[in-house]
Amino acid sequence: MSSAMLALRQVRYENRSFWRNPAAAFFTFAFPLLFMVIFNVLFGAGAGRFFTPAIMVFGVVTATFTNLAMTVTMARDNGILKRVRGTPLPAWAYLAGRIGHAVLIAFVLVVIVGAAGALFYEVPVPWASVPAMLVVLIVSAAAFSALGLALTGVIPNADASPAIVNAVVLPVLFVSNVFIQMDNAPDWLNTVSLWLPVRHFADAMIGLYRAGADTSVPWTAVGIVALWGVIGVAIAIRFFSWEPRR
Amino acid sequence: MVAAIEVRGLRKSYESLEAVRGIDLSIAAGEVFALLGPNGAGKTTTVEILEGHRVRSGGDVTVLGHDPGRHERELRERMGIVLQQTGVDEYLTVREIVTMVAGYYPRPMDPAVAIDLAGLGEQADRRVNKLSGGQKRRVDLAVALAGDPELLFLDEPTTGFDPSARRQAWETIRGLAGLGKTILLTTHFMDEAQYLANRLAIMADGVIVATGTPAELIGASSSRSTVTFGLSDGVEPPSELDARPTGVGWTIETDQPTGLLHDLTGWAIAGGHALEGLQVTRQSLEDVYLELTSAEGEADA
Repeated sequence: MSSAMLALRQVRYENRSFWRNPAAAFFTFAFPLLFMVIFNVLFGAGAGRFFTPAIMVFGVVTATFTNLAMTVTMARDNGILKRVRGTPLPAWAYLAGRIGHAVLIAFVLVVIVGAAGALFYEVPVPWASVPAMLVVLIVSAAAFSALGLALTGVIPNADASPAIVNAVVLPVLFVSNVFIQMDNAPDWLNTVSLWLPVRHFADAMIGLYRAGADTSVPWTAVGIVALWGVIGVAIAIRFFSWEPRR
Repeated sequence: MVAAIEVRGLRKSYESLEAVRGIDLSIAAGEVFALLGPNGAGKTTTVEILEGHRVRSGGDVTVLGHDPGRHERELRERMGIVLQQTGVDEYLTVREIVTMVAGYYPRPMDPAVAIDLAGLGEQADRRVNKLSGGQKRRVDLAVALAGDPELLFLDEPTTGFDPSARRQAWETIRGLAGLGKTILLTTHFMDEAQYLANRLAIMADGVIVATGTPAELIGASSSRSTVTFGLSDGVEPPSELDARPTGVGWTIETDQPTGLLHDLTGWAIAGGHALEGLQVTRQSLEDVYLELTSAEGEADA
């Protein structure tokens, strides 16, 4: 079997395992929707136009970055990674399998959030923007997956992972136009947030979701997110560990 | 005989600790070899270097003609590993996991056969999170067999098993040896090494303190026997017999059990003493092991 086939096969097994823990699967999808409802209630009519794409961004970051950083450290603690390393399965095929499944979940989330926006918050899907959004989503999902794997190199063990992952991801989300609009933020905070990848992902999605938006691909934003992805890959290659540190 | 594993002067140091301090090993193809020693002796470090999980600090190592330090796929295709602690995705069934892993290998074993060999035929379609601890350990073995390996590493395969599960595991391992597989096993149970291994090496404190067949190790150490017996309170055996009190009775070590028994029983009959629970035991592999490893331990302290 070719390595690419093996990677696809890993996605299938990951997926099978994912659905066998229905409680975990349910909350993976319910969590972003819950945020969507809360923000729409808090910020009132018209907020859906902003929060539909913003929650898509939140969903993608959660399903890729947060999810991979936590589940891979868990698999590392349980000795699953070490076992894989003793078999002929190439390391990249195993990791590609995990990333493939994370991206799959991210896309399901995007579809659910888009449907919820259209059905409950009068935010129709901007069909003309869909091709450009797909480019943004694919690059971002890949980049945040790579960054999630990179973070596992810093996390010593699974007990430490929720604390570390949340400490990284939540502040970034708060200053990146996802939970709160950055319109009234001080300049320095805006500058900081423009150095980070989530801001560009969010701005791109929110821009494309606007009624009558420019439907071309926002290449600058995509490029910056991709650059972060490359940094993630480099860190992951350098620091990825097959066994936990205690 | 072709050597499956050749080790010369292997060393491994961690920051302040030298875990393996220059060992030599030669394991022939088709042999069952046991690496025996107390916790912390360096067994797992040695085995994990051979598996490619750890990088050695010095020495030469060849496994099936490859240097495991290079982590080549061709070598991993020919060996199966049961680590001391590992996990699998517990939401999958035994059959799914073994089938998944078999797919990584160019010439895998039929998953059903691997599962049967590991003694999990009845549990094949159960999810791993529904299995008992002993059954999960068998999943490790089934997974290690999935690629139909020539060489099998078993790192403490029966630790934590109840006596009957251990017996079953032993029969399984013997069956695998019967299929011509080379097996390197680590254990701290003497009886396990004695029952399973063609040859063994005893490790203590990072070095090999003895190596050979179980019979050779017992023979080489000595032909000593131990005589134990009890006496009623206040009675002591004659001092020339050199008996040591054990708390519950007396024990004498000797190279000439026949003469000693003659003297001892003669003295007992003459004095009218009963020798309660009189027993003569040949030295076992366990005694040899304890002698070798405790000497090392004391030298260290």
